[in-house]
Amino acid sequence: MVEISIRKRPRAEAVVTQRKFFKKTARGKVIKVLRERYLRDDVTCGIGSCSVCASTTAEDLPALGQVHELFPNGHFLLPDTNVFLNQMDLMESALFNPPIILLQTVLEEVRHRSLPLYNRLKAITKMEEKKVWIFYNEYRSETAIVREDGESPNDRNDRGIRKATAWYNSHISLVHRGKQKLPTVVLMTEDVANRQKAEKDGITSISVRKYIEAMKEASQLSDLLSVAGSNELEPTKAVSGRTALYSDYLSPSTLLAGVKAGALHQGHFNANQYNYLEGNVPVPAFTKPILLVGRENMNRAVQGDVVVVEVFDEKEWKAPADEVVDQDATLKDDDAEASEDEGSDDDITAREAKALRSENAAKRILERQPTGRIVGVIKRNWRAYVCHIDSTSLTSSNTTSLSQQTVFATPVSRLLPRIRMRTRQAPTLVGQKILVTIDKWDITSRYPEGHFVRALGKAESKEAEQESLLLEFEVPYRPFGKAILDCLPVEGDKWVVPPKSETSPEWRDRQDLRDLIICSIDPPNCQDIDDALHARPLPNGNIEAGVHIADVSHFVHSDNPMDSEAASRGTTVYLVDKRIDMLPSLLGTNLCSLRPYVERLAFSAIWELTPHAEIVNVRFTKSVIASKAAFTYEEAQIRKDDPNRKDELTEGIRLLNSLAQKLKAGRMAAGALNLASPEVKIHLQSAESSDPIDVEQKEMMETNSLVEEFMLLANISVAAKIQESFPQTAVLRRHLPPPPTNFEKLQDILRKRKGMTLDVSSSGALADSLDKCIDPNLPAFNTLVRIMATRCMLSAEYFSSGSVARDTFGHYGLASPIYTHFTSPIRRYADVLAHRQLSAAIGYTTLHATLHSKSHVERVLEVVNRRHRMAQMAGRASVEFYVGLALKARGQKGQVREEAFVIRTFRNGLGVFVSKLGIEGLVMFKRDTQFDAENYTITVPSSSPNGPEDVTISVFDKVVVDIEVEKDKNTQRGRVKMTLVSPVDSRAL
Amino acid sequence: MASRIEILNDGGYRSDGRRQYELRDITIDLSQQGQADGSAIITHGLTQVLVSVFGPREAKQRRETIHDRANINVEVAVAAFSTGERRKRSRGDKRILEIAAIIKSTFEPVIQTSIYPRSQIDIFVQVLQQDGGLLQACINGTTLALANAGIPLLDFVCAVTGGVHSTSPMLDLTTLEENDIPHATVAMMPRTGKVTLVTMETRLHVDRFEEIFRLAIDAGKVIHREMKIAVKGRTEALVTAMGSASKVASGGDNDELMQDY
Ligand SMILES: [Zn+2]
Repeated sequence: MVEISIRKRPRAEAVVTQRKFFKKTARGKVIKVLRERYLRDDVTCGIGSCSVCASTTAEDLPALGQVHELFPNGHFLLPDTNVFLNQMDLMESALFNPPIILLQTVLEEVRHRSLPLYNRLKAITKMEEKKVWIFYNEYRSETAIVREDGESPNDRNDRGIRKATAWYNSHISLVHRGKQKLPTVVLMTEDVANRQKAEKDGITSISVRKYIEAMKEASQLSDLLSVAGSNELEPTKAVSGRTALYSDYLSPSTLLAGVKAGALHQGHFNANQYNYLEGNVPVPAFTKPILLVGRENMNRAVQGDVVVVEVFDEKEWKAPADEVVDQDATLKDDDAEASEDEGSDDDITAREAKALRSENAAKRILERQPTGRIVGVIKRNWRAYVCHIDSTSLTSSNTTSLSQQTVFATPVSRLLPRIRMRTRQAPTLVGQKILVTIDKWDITSRYPEGHFVRALGKAESKEAEQESLLLEFEVPYRPFGKAILDCLPVEGDKWVVPPKSETSPEWRDRQDLRDLIICSIDPPNCQDIDDALHARPLPNGNIEAGVHIADVSHFVHSDNPMDSEAASRGTTVYLVDKRIDMLPSLLGTNLCSLRPYVERLAFSAIWELTPHAEIVNVRFTKSVIASKAAFTYEEAQIRKDDPNRKDELTEGIRLLNSLAQKLKAGRMAAGALNLASPEVKIHLQSAESSDPIDVEQKEMMETNSLVEEFMLLANISVAAKIQESFPQTAVLRRHLPPPPTNFEKLQDILRKRKGMTLDVSSSGALADSLDKCIDPNLPAFNTLVRIMATRCMLSAEYFSSGSVARDTFGHYGLASPIYTHFTSPIRRYADVLAHRQLSAAIGYTTLHATLHSKSHVERVLEVVNRRHRMAQMAGRASVEFYVGLALKARGQKGQVREEAFVIRTFRNGLGVFVSKLGIEGLVMFKRDTQFDAENYTITVPSSSPNGPEDVTISVFDKVVVDIEVEKDKNTQRGRVKMTLVSPVDSRAL
Repeated sequence: MASRIEILNDGGYRSDGRRQYELRDITIDLSQQGQADGSAIITHGLTQVLVSVFGPREAKQRRETIHDRANINVEVAVAAFSTGERRKRSRGDKRILEIAAIIKSTFEPVIQTSIYPRSQIDIFVQVLQQDGGLLQACINGTTLALANAGIPLLDFVCAVTGGVHSTSPMLDLTTLEENDIPHATVAMMPRTGKVTLVTMETRLHVDRFEEIFRLAIDAGKVIHREMKIAVKGRTEALVTAMGSASKVASGGDNDELMQDY
């Protein structure tokens, strides 16, 4: 039983404990807010074996602090808010482990200022090697303070931090009563004024730099220091008197008022991957995103930032650029060391102005879109970026030189600007992949400024490439910790389904399906078998079909460390040669995996279907199964097609196949889309070397479709069931219909180039018109159009059923009114939630409280949606990297010749798609061509009077390209380079 | 904007510095208020209500007269300045009518109405300040005012709110907490341990609810102790004022029942 008590609040404390204030709501109403606070004496200091607080736990701070050169008697570090806001990389460094007192005031301020930084700080407090104690100073009677009249919130917090520091020092003298040498609690702050006030109060304080310089690891640690927020780093050169390149942001209140009034627009900034001087911001007020042209108008926004945009007068609206503008080429040779006046750097300014010129020429009315400029940033989305150092920016390449240099770091992602940073390790970092974060971007600086975080290894080495890929797509890849592994069954890999008995908890309410002829069908070498199937004729002429899914929720319980980890990972990530699991492998590839010949726990959906594949009924049950075989798609296909095989297993596959064909026909009739995305398979030499030897397109067999149809059926049936049982919080998946404007350009190209039309009024109409996009001379044309159409669509997303309107539940691509993910709980977290809800819906378990909470489900799904997107991109990037390696291995001189389709035309190049390799590339022309933006063609003028005629190339044309992987000389960044071979050789251009 | 206040932080503290099972400060003032036969001002933290009881007295209107017991009439008024929104709640306001109805139905079986046939007992509840747990304060205040008026009760009625943040139950919620988490108000009678009232303000799962239910019963006993001390203090003060200390033990039905609470 818990102890219930009343917190008494002494009258005298009322000044500190009660607050009344008036607040204006978003709708302009004035609200009186009452708050009170209970002050206590049992908030513990966290210092090991403190006799006064009388509480000792394992996570205590060392009793005597830690010895530091400046504090020989030992010390504890008490950093203020800005130290965490600006120097989180330092705090995270494995070389930086002093005992830290983290005040509640500081923690809350960090939370208020930046959620990502707050999450990183929380992670630090939980690391075993770090010694951090959170002191709830606002609740302890001696350290709680109230804001005084005329005091700013900042000053109030600074005062609170000083008061807590002073209290700690006097508390320590009580703890170590009578001792001569007492450890000191040191206030760490970059604020000079704060340090002066502290000194006046007799509090020891120190700056970050001074503290670090007295440490052994000074040189490594000082690289981690951020340039933001410190007023002690000597300014780069002549800060004053510089011309501003950008305009200042408007004040936050002006921005908010503007957005509210509809005069300004808020949205996420997207950079253009083809043209670094262009970006856009999708906002609700316009169907097309707002276009931003040029550095000044993009005004220091970085990919993903939440920005506020002002839209220009309609006559100034523009069409997106039709030219590829490469950052590395245009900004070549810019001096990293900031010149006195970047604004008057004629050379760069002129080059960039030239790059924008085509804008004025082009009059493509159709493509005009709202155009504007960024006037403020609501929230930065800055993180650590994988970069290469530009070797030309080094002033000294002497590897022994430890002098500080200012260099450029070029991010791997083409969506990001290059970053200016200062480091003492520049020569050793050239040729490596490194992590760099952005600290600030001043109006006088062309580039953002950042600092070096750590090196990932040599560029193009597999380890460095793999890790940088994981970092770039924010895939959590740390090994599972002890707390997580402790949640696994104690029997480990010896765990088996216990013998059937009345009393066994595993067998409670479980149906014994061990005798059913069940098999699984997966890609080759599949380790995590989520699903298995069966079908058999029933005496009444109907057919029973079953989908059996690994019973993951039997092993992963709500709200334990393993569950939280799986929720934050969201999905298993598949790279070409590596899998980053969502669940520990004991579960994923063993206990949950529905391997053949062993008994496994499953969650089964069993239908009775007519021979025409109409559902008579469906039931769901927890079960025990014993799969009879694990086939690859190919094996299953061969077996099915072999007329000599008449065994039950084969007949079952045939039955499933005939039903699947009817199910598919039914879906297509209902208007489901048959979409295409380029999928290729990489052949690896062997598991160890993982050197790719070849790339080929994935082949789709009947059995692929068989499995797919039954998975869709299971997902749809489960979705309906959990939505009925939990209308507020059912975990569902939807695909919103794309706005018709998304297709405008594709429709225009098809009409002009092929005389074809695309009806986008519904998914059914789209499916029909896609079927008609056929060019008898180009068999691959249809696939190409499907790929391009897919890119016009929105992405599917998970949602909580109570959070959106009922009429927006539909899945556009599948043409299903309701849908969820149930069939892959080993590798997708949304499926785990669907399992728990289905289990509760059939009364097998009660639903955990968190799954009753709409806000909780929303929060979890938001993370899962993001992880899902990132995992897809990471997978694609991994394929691209291996395609590059394969090209190298295959070609004679590292060069391969392939057929390609033109998918885009630029003033100075072509975008092409190589279907055989599943990659996209750019062919660039150095010389001007005749560009007809209206008709999506470029004409290459004949090069000699008696030579070949003018050649015109347009979108959808088949061309031949040479592909090679080329390394950028300066950054060592590998990139795919394509040159046109036919119909015209582009090398001469 | 980006960050709201944490309902329960990692240190186990709520936003006002309490831990999960700590109730807010309670103050009870039973001194005479105006013409009322018995009144009570109770505060739970920053929530404050004044309850005045008139009666039993002759029913004013004939149609409200019940021949074999007393009629109980409850009216609730909310001071314009008491709440977040500065809007005056009229007497016809839905939430107010609901609270009045709950008070009436909660106390009807507790007050020994059959002792006073054809008469009327008026309960006026004035909400002076609100910061969560309004119903709990109204019920506890009514118990105290009725006892103070000397009206015989079968038992005290003690109420408390409970809610669940994620999976952690917590008691005696502030407005901030009520806005964020599912919660319920539970009223119990300490002598029998019987629950007389449960109102769910938001959806709460059965499993969670059982936990809150048990906690609320224990919390009711703690609140009861506070109420008993206050009533006893008031009785003693009155008796001293009247200069006849010998009558303490036999101050009528009311006091006799009081010993058992
Ligand atoms: Zn202590």
